Amino acid sequence: MKKVSISFTLNGDKVTAEVPPSWTLLKTLREYFELTGPKEGCGTGECGACTVIVDGKAVNSCIFPIPEVEGKSVTTIEGIASKDGTLHPLQKAFIENNGVQCGFCTSGMIMSAKALLDHNPDPTEDEIRTGIAGNLCRCTGYVQIVASIEKAGELIRQKK
Amino acid sequence: MVDYDYKKPKSLKEVFGLLKKYGPKATLIAGGTDVMINIRNRELSPEILISLRGLSDLCYIRKNNGYHIGALTTHRMLEQSDMVRAGLSALHDAASQVGSVQIRNVATVGGNICTAAPSADTAGPLLALDATVALEGPNGRRRVPIADFFTGPSETVRKGNEVLVEFDIPEEPGHFGSAYWKHSRRKAMDLPLLGIAVGLALSESQEISNARLGLTVAAPVPIRAYKAEEFLIGKRLGDDVLVEAGKIASSEASPRDSLRGKAWYRREMIEVFVPRMAKLAAERIRGE
Ligand SMILES: Cc1cc2nc3c(=O)[nH]c(=O)nc-3n(C[C@H](O)[C@H](O)[C@H](O)COP(=O)(O)OP(=O)(O)OC[C@H]3O[C@@H](n4cnc5c(N)ncnc54)[C@H](O)[C@@H]3O)c2cc1C
Ligand code: FES
Ligand code: FES
Repeated sequence: MKKVSISFTLNGDKVTAEVPPSWTLLKTLREYFELTGPKEGCGTGECGACTVIVDGKAVNSCIFPIPEVEGKSVTTIEGIASKDGTLHPLQKAFIENNGVQCGFCTSGMIMSAKALLDHNPDPTEDEIRTGIAGNLCRCTGYVQIVASIEKAGELIRQKK
Repeated sequence: MVDYDYKKPKSLKEVFGLLKKYGPKATLIAGGTDVMINIRNRELSPEILISLRGLSDLCYIRKNNGYHIGALTTHRMLEQSDMVRAGLSALHDAASQVGSVQIRNVATVGGNICTAAPSADTAGPLLALDATVALEGPNGRRRVPIADFFTGPSETVRKGNEVLVEFDIPEEPGHFGSAYWKHSRRKAMDLPLLGIAVGLALSESQEISNARLGLTVAAPVPIRAYKAEEFLIGKRLGDDVLVEAGKIASSEASPRDSLRGKAWYRREMIEVFVPRMAKLAAERIRGE
């Protein structure tokens, strides 16, 4: 298989991937960079388990062609805690509010929530539910997830 | 897994060159939310994808002498545009309900129309807003009214060497409002089992001076309900008139039985939602 060289910023670091042009961003993250936080649930844009942030926007990495990442900035769940290991407010809030059960949806859920809170740290419940409408959770029933995101918003607003 | 090459040209000229070189072995890709799914389902196995995402100058929403929307404009941009919300409300209703935030962030309005799914959410609103599609090929541009664009499920008048570049929407004189109803079973992440878009122009005395109805999943292609429109024009807005228009529109549709819904159900829902969307359009004109 022919390979191409794609350079971009991954969780703050400049990286280059040598992968076939037909790979998706998800496949590249998991198999080339061995970042297994983003999950493959459906592979067709339906479940959100693969959600990452590209240039500030939440996208489904399972249907994002890797060549489109050239020159862009990608953030995955692995890149949101501080370098010293301090968890991101969303991670803290998900733990404290039981936003996680089996955990399969969690990294995607948190990335969608992060994209939302980065632009709007004080969302209404409706805005939260719209922000995570593309993220399926088979365990929690969403109530604790919404509560976790509300709490994270609070933590972020307090810090400012 | 299908293996293919990927090119991201920076100009339309380069796109035309690549299309000429690869012919039917090439597929254009914009947001990829249809293309990538089709590849995964093996409905599509291109040798090369030609990305349009390098054509950043086809990504805009402008107003001068009518509205102009670049083909690469994402649903998210339409959703977040105050100009679209105020002036092209039906399109705003539709764009903000496509898929999820993740899908809307990448999926384009041009891709939605070129896929030509009978359920394309933006098709009804673009019909009700009387949009014109601008297609550009190696020999120049041509313009096609959206009502003539769809020729069958997944089929359009676009030729293989043409790129959809822009939608042009006239600014209606006087008081104009529009609304779109996506009839689906779930609030999010569901395709419509019926789509109803209404555009209305009203005089000061509440007389209907212009009306356009765009229906999706109501026939093999998105359609205008011309007879219902004709019936409405010149009448005073009122319940009886709208109910009758709903009946006429329903008789113009030719829905089919599908897993999502039966034909009789779709017909009845057209009767219900044509009046409701007309009222919502009128409320929007009055600024309610
Ligand atoms: C999970 C999910 C949910 C969805 N929900 C909805 C929904 O609620 N409503 C809805 O209507 N759709 C929905 N879709 C379908 C899809 O997202 C839309 O049709 C979208 O607008 C397609 O745009 P795109 O830019 O991603 O198109 P692409 O996949 O890039 O392209 C679609 C087709 O159009 C062609 N094309 C694209 N741009 C151009 C152009 N400028 N000129 C010529 N040809 C072009 C491509 O060759 C291809 O054949 C959904 C899809 C997914 C995966
Ligand atoms: S794996 Fe990408 S949306 Fe399900
Ligand atoms: S916690 Fe199990 S899917 Fe969400």
